[in-house]
Amino acid sequence: MLSYILQRLVYAIPIALGVTIVCFSLVYIGPGDPLSSILPEDAPQAVIDKIKAEYGLDKPIVMQYWLWLSKALVADFGKSIVTGNAVLSELLPALKNSLILAVGGAAVGFIVGAVLGGLAGYFHGRPADRMFTALAITGVSVPHYWLAIVLVIIFSVELALLPALGMTGSGDTSFSFSLENFRHMVLPVVALSVIPAGIVTRTVRSAIAELLNMEFVEALRSKGLTEARILRHVAKNAAPQVLAVMGLQLGYLLGGSILIETVFAWPGTGLLLNNAIFARDIPVLQGTILMLALIFVILNLAVDIAQAVLDPRIKR
Amino acid sequence: MRRIKSTRAINATGKGRASIGQLLAVAGVTAGLTTSAVAESVLRVGMTAADIPVNIGQPDQGFEGFRFMGYMLYDALVLWDLSKDKESAKLVPGLAESWEIDPKNDKRWIFKLRKGVTFHDGSPFTADDVVWNFAKVKDDKAPQYEAKQAALVAVRIPALSAVNKIDDYTVEILTSKPSAYVPYQVSFWFMSSQEHWQKTKSWAEFAKSPSGTGPWKFVSQTQRAKVEMVPNKAYWNKARIPKVDRVILRPIPEASARVAALLSGQVDFIEAPPPDSIDRLKSAGMKIITNAYPHNWAVTLSRIPGSPWNDIRVRKAANLCIDREGLNKLLGGLSIPAKGHMPPGDAWFGKPTFEIGYKPDEARKLMTEAGFTAAKPLPIKWAISTSGSGQMQPLPMFEFVQANLNECHFKLEAEVMEWNALTAFSRKPADDKEAVAKGVDGIIVSRALQDPYSAFERVFHSARISPAGSNWGKLKLPVYDELLAKASLTFDKELQDEVLRKVHETAVDNAEWVWVTHDVNPRALSPKVEGFVQAKSWFQDLTPITLKK
Repeated sequence: MLSYILQRLVYAIPIALGVTIVCFSLVYIGPGDPLSSILPEDAPQAVIDKIKAEYGLDKPIVMQYWLWLSKALVADFGKSIVTGNAVLSELLPALKNSLILAVGGAAVGFIVGAVLGGLAGYFHGRPADRMFTALAITGVSVPHYWLAIVLVIIFSVELALLPALGMTGSGDTSFSFSLENFRHMVLPVVALSVIPAGIVTRTVRSAIAELLNMEFVEALRSKGLTEARILRHVAKNAAPQVLAVMGLQLGYLLGGSILIETVFAWPGTGLLLNNAIFARDIPVLQGTILMLALIFVILNLAVDIAQAVLDPRIKR
Repeated sequence: MRRIKSTRAINATGKGRASIGQLLAVAGVTAGLTTSAVAESVLRVGMTAADIPVNIGQPDQGFEGFRFMGYMLYDALVLWDLSKDKESAKLVPGLAESWEIDPKNDKRWIFKLRKGVTFHDGSPFTADDVVWNFAKVKDDKAPQYEAKQAALVAVRIPALSAVNKIDDYTVEILTSKPSAYVPYQVSFWFMSSQEHWQKTKSWAEFAKSPSGTGPWKFVSQTQRAKVEMVPNKAYWNKARIPKVDRVILRPIPEASARVAALLSGQVDFIEAPPPDSIDRLKSAGMKIITNAYPHNWAVTLSRIPGSPWNDIRVRKAANLCIDREGLNKLLGGLSIPAKGHMPPGDAWFGKPTFEIGYKPDEARKLMTEAGFTAAKPLPIKWAISTSGSGQMQPLPMFEFVQANLNECHFKLEAEVMEWNALTAFSRKPADDKEAVAKGVDGIIVSRALQDPYSAFERVFHSARISPAGSNWGKLKLPVYDELLAKASLTFDKELQDEVLRKVHETAVDNAEWVWVTHDVNPRALSPKVEGFVQAKSWFQDLTPITLKK
């Protein structure tokens, strides 16, 4: 198992490096420039040159990449062009805030998905299956930012039951296990969980339906096992496949949804990225994308390992 | 905002028996808490900005940054009178009580400073602070020099070359050439506390507790979430000491989120509600406040050799072919149809002879004279952003204008860009290779027309061709250079206004741009917000606001 983990870790290094090159290049290929958003359009050239020098934007792109990478290796992502703060000091709180939503969204999405998918798979071809499958397709298809706006209109504006935006009523971003924080979480979590719920439902359904038709299930039935025990075997066999999908979904959620976080003014990585994109805040963009990519790589690694534990055949 | 904490009654006879002293103490504390909680009124504002503007003096985020960080925490030597909604905001004394041009030297201004003003950290404001703040943005050898601050203000104070102390409350401001615009220019230059900066000699540290002389004092801020301020009770202008106990400014860039926040009671005041939300807001009892202000939504035309816009018949035809009243309906009534570069009724509007309006037959006639017909329309292409500061509803508005012009022998296409890309694009003139390659002959970038430089010089003077200004189209006409030079040398305000009216009349009569509309700066306020006066300005004053209980 250790050699398997090491092997996967070695694979992760070129992936992370590739991500840094791609994200660095993409930022430069896009139109616009970081100074357009922070300086008046007719700022004198001498002043623009000074700002460029201060942020190292006057150097050749390869040199900029190398300087950035060498610092990034020691967790120094530079300073935000817009705010002047260290990127890490902006990124870590945002990451924490997105994590709060991601965990909530994943918990709701995975539980709903597992239950609905399990029922749909078990009752394959019957009305329950058709109903849950339709729900899953709806979940995957509905634009979640639209759903977010609809939820706000219904629950915040019309019914005045839940807050429309932010992490707290006062605008603070501190999180505690308080009723106020949970009330602010409800709508973004629900909006965020719809897509993973749909995807997990479909995955679980197809895995369960397929497994229930396999010969070993017939064998278990013929041995006289109860349906509950048979389902336990089926669930264990379905787990690696479902786990892989859940891992990917968790990765997406951890990345923070730009649209959901913008609609709810939730100060996570999605909102951070959104602002950085519009402002061409290159250090923030690069630092955030790299961090999210690394999290994604690590999550995939964790999923691979978990799959290997559940199904030793995968290691071979 | 009312927050009353309930307290559990103490059972004086039972297990929780308390002495009379304890009871009195608890009662006192409770009364204090209740009184202060009841007394505290908090105004919560939803800004359109995506983040908190830079707070150390010169704000970023355009004029919204000036509005909510600049003029709230800081003062300039000269301020804007934002107390009236019937007339254009005018310059008024700020940290300078008076100013005058030296009668013997037209490159020297004398500013008499206000006495008894203190920064929020308690240090006194004197002439040394003015000199120090000038070095902060102009002297790159000075320890307090801050490159981004310099870049943010450089374009606002182009005439200033030096600032010298004469005595503790008098400074001289020298200019590189004679300029009557100095009072306007210094209104954009904010004074930060020298003494406060000296404690750490770091702008990053200064940003944690910024100190100016403005009517509001900084309390705290959380990036991308909120900034809190409280009244500066020692403010030198007693009439402008804020009436609420606290203001919380929240960046909410998504328009529907701002509306939802107001409707659900999370904020009391929002900037720029979208037109399609107005009826809903009104039906919920919200107040919609609008007013004309110096803004325009217009097309800067390419005037490079070979551009079709060099033909005045084509320019006039485009101006006569837009149904601005129809556009106003599309915008829910939240616009003022353009009659020129400045909004109608502005002090610089004058009396142009070319009357801009919707006259499609006349427009088609002009186009036919210019050699274009329905069968052979003139192909044109304008760069437009998907959103952006002051751009209103750019794409629906463009499509409306496009449909109009295509009825008048034009064939208008869009080069759609994201806002940042468009601002970068507009920094290079019309004959730049990118503009030529894309075939763009006009750009739609909304303009702030607050002062003579922004309104006219920056866009019509031949020395202000992008990137030295915003003359993207490379308009080069001696009449503007001469009139603008005269205006900048006319130190009498009335006479200067007269020259600027002439500039405006000439620009409209020449149909230099295609003017479409003016924004009305809509804001939506909760019914409990009272006392707000929307000035005819990009800047606004939150100090008179009170909150109804």
